[in-house]
Amino acid sequence: MTNPYTPMLILVALGAGFVIFSVGLAQIVGPKRYNRAKAEAYECGIQPSPQAAEGGRFPIKYYLTAMLFIIFDIEAVFLYPYAVAFDQLGLFTLLAMFLFLLNAFFIADAYVWKRGGFEWD
Amino acid sequence: MPTVFEAPEINWAAIAPMLVVMAGGLIGIVVEAFVPRRRRHSVQVALSVVALVLAFVALVTLTVDNRVKTLGGSVVMDGMSVFLQGSLIVFGLLGVLTMAEKFGGDRPDAFTPMGAAIPGSAYEAAADRAGLATSEVFPLALFSLSGMMMFVAAGDLITMFVALEVLSLPLYVLVGLARRRRLLSQEASLKYFLLGAFASAFFLFGSALLYGYAATTDLDGIAAAITETRPGLEPLLVPAILLVLVGLLFKVGAVPFHSWTPDAYQGAPTPVTGFMAAATKLAAFGAILRFVYVGVEGTRWSWEVGLAVIAALTMVVGAVLSVTQTDIKRLLAYSSIAHAGFILVGVLAFSTLGLRGVMFYLLAYGLMTIAAFAIVSMVRQGGTEATQLSQWAGLGQRHPILAATFGFLLLAFAGIPLTSGFTAKFAAFAPAIESGTLGVVLVVIGVLASAVTAFVYVRIIVLMYFSDATSEDVVAAEASPLTTAAVAVGAVATVVLGIVPGPVLELAAQASELIR
Repeated sequence: MTNPYTPMLILVALGAGFVIFSVGLAQIVGPKRYNRAKAEAYECGIQPSPQAAEGGRFPIKYYLTAMLFIIFDIEAVFLYPYAVAFDQLGLFTLLAMFLFLLNAFFIADAYVWKRGGFEWD
Repeated sequence: MPTVFEAPEINWAAIAPMLVVMAGGLIGIVVEAFVPRRRRHSVQVALSVVALVLAFVALVTLTVDNRVKTLGGSVVMDGMSVFLQGSLIVFGLLGVLTMAEKFGGDRPDAFTPMGAAIPGSAYEAAADRAGLATSEVFPLALFSLSGMMMFVAAGDLITMFVALEVLSLPLYVLVGLARRRRLLSQEASLKYFLLGAFASAFFLFGSALLYGYAATTDLDGIAAAITETRPGLEPLLVPAILLVLVGLLFKVGAVPFHSWTPDAYQGAPTPVTGFMAAATKLAAFGAILRFVYVGVEGTRWSWEVGLAVIAALTMVVGAVLSVTQTDIKRLLAYSSIAHAGFILVGVLAFSTLGLRGVMFYLLAYGLMTIAAFAIVSMVRQGGTEATQLSQWAGLGQRHPILAATFGFLLLAFAGIPLTSGFTAKFAAFAPAIESGTLGVVLVVIGVLASAVTAFVYVRIIVLMYFSDATSEDVVAAEASPLTTAAVAVGAVATVVLGIVPGPVLELAAQASELIR
């Protein structure tokens, strides 16, 4: 194990092996009962076809949901490196992280909540 | 073994003004969520004004004595930062006052509760019922302003980029919120956004190449790398500088990166136009000054001719195209392009005096611009702004004070003596003449372009005073004391800076130091 890339190669081989194994096994032992829903494309619960009258517009609500996701996403982007190194960072960074969560998370979510952003209809 | 993280030194006194403005924006969002709708507008206006006044107090009491590089060199609070941040806070205050204008209605006059809706549609009525209000513009303006304050103080390219986005994104939204002529506003917002994203990409390409050359994004580090020279990497340097400059020149609206300016200025709600014409221009020139003077001056000979060509083009195109405009907002937009060219001439002086002249010019130009756009928002026909020049005919006979103030501001734009426009042009052009042949050529072009723009402004004055009104129902709306105060401050400052510019010029001279 002198080469540092060997573990990575092993991981790739394991991943590929798992995919081949599970898909292959499902082909062999899985029951095959077809129904129409299974053959359709999965689009978050929307019928992908026939399209809506004006050339397939999506409700704007989906974009709102996607943007809400970004709040959590950005939070995670900063939380993860902090969590990896927090034992070396000290009290100041802990407070800074609190402030970040307050700003990016609670204030943003409070705003969205009071403005009805969590209501679908 | 991972390296131990060392927290950078933070000088809280130096960054206090920026923090206060950002906190004002955040509290504004909480207010937007929890304060009942009827009171939201007044609470937001009061909060914004308090935050800006506190920021200004913090700036003059704490920051002036703490002129340091802080946050690991990414924020540089030197004389230039302090002067420009002070100017930005003043612009922000005047901008907030004009944005709060209701013209006797029950809501801010210029803004819509739902930018995506068609005016008067069921969708807009639903947005109204759902409690959406127009007071979000105040936190947005504060966030944008905090980004601008960071932009002028950014000591490395990454901070500069983050500040650029923080200042731009709220502006894109603000531009799209006009209550009347909604399609124009949406078009303006989209164009501004797309071209802004494009310019940001140029800035990032340039930053990446500069990092490749200097192995740092710090402006001092880049300056050091240019002095030491990096053998084999020279081909990276000039394209990198030019790409970063494209990103910055886009924000000031220099030709050939100006094409968004007339559309965005015309479509945006008029108070927002005034705010962004004054504040964005100042912030972007602050960043250009720091990038050019601190970062890449060492290799000046390789790009200054390019920048000079851009300055000349900007002056000529801005001045000539303003002649053909028939819409007052577009006309002022082209005039702002020409002014960007005049300011660039001052930047190209490469001296402390040039720095002083540019800072003075930015302050004077911003004050007159906010006042001028506030007056544009008052002149109305049938409830909407009368932006067609023909509608302004004969205004001087019916509203003498308003027309006289606007006429005076136009003379200041033209740079007539005894206005701040003259002092500013003098302060920016004189160091350019001393800097060499290139400067002299640019100043000659600048003076000629000024003459062209003076013709445009005088034509409007003639139109207001010596033409007969085409329709009698063009009136100046009764403005609230807030807007009147903003116009008065802008106009009085234009007089004072024209007649006794000494104290402010002295202040700008004291502030003409860059911490490297």
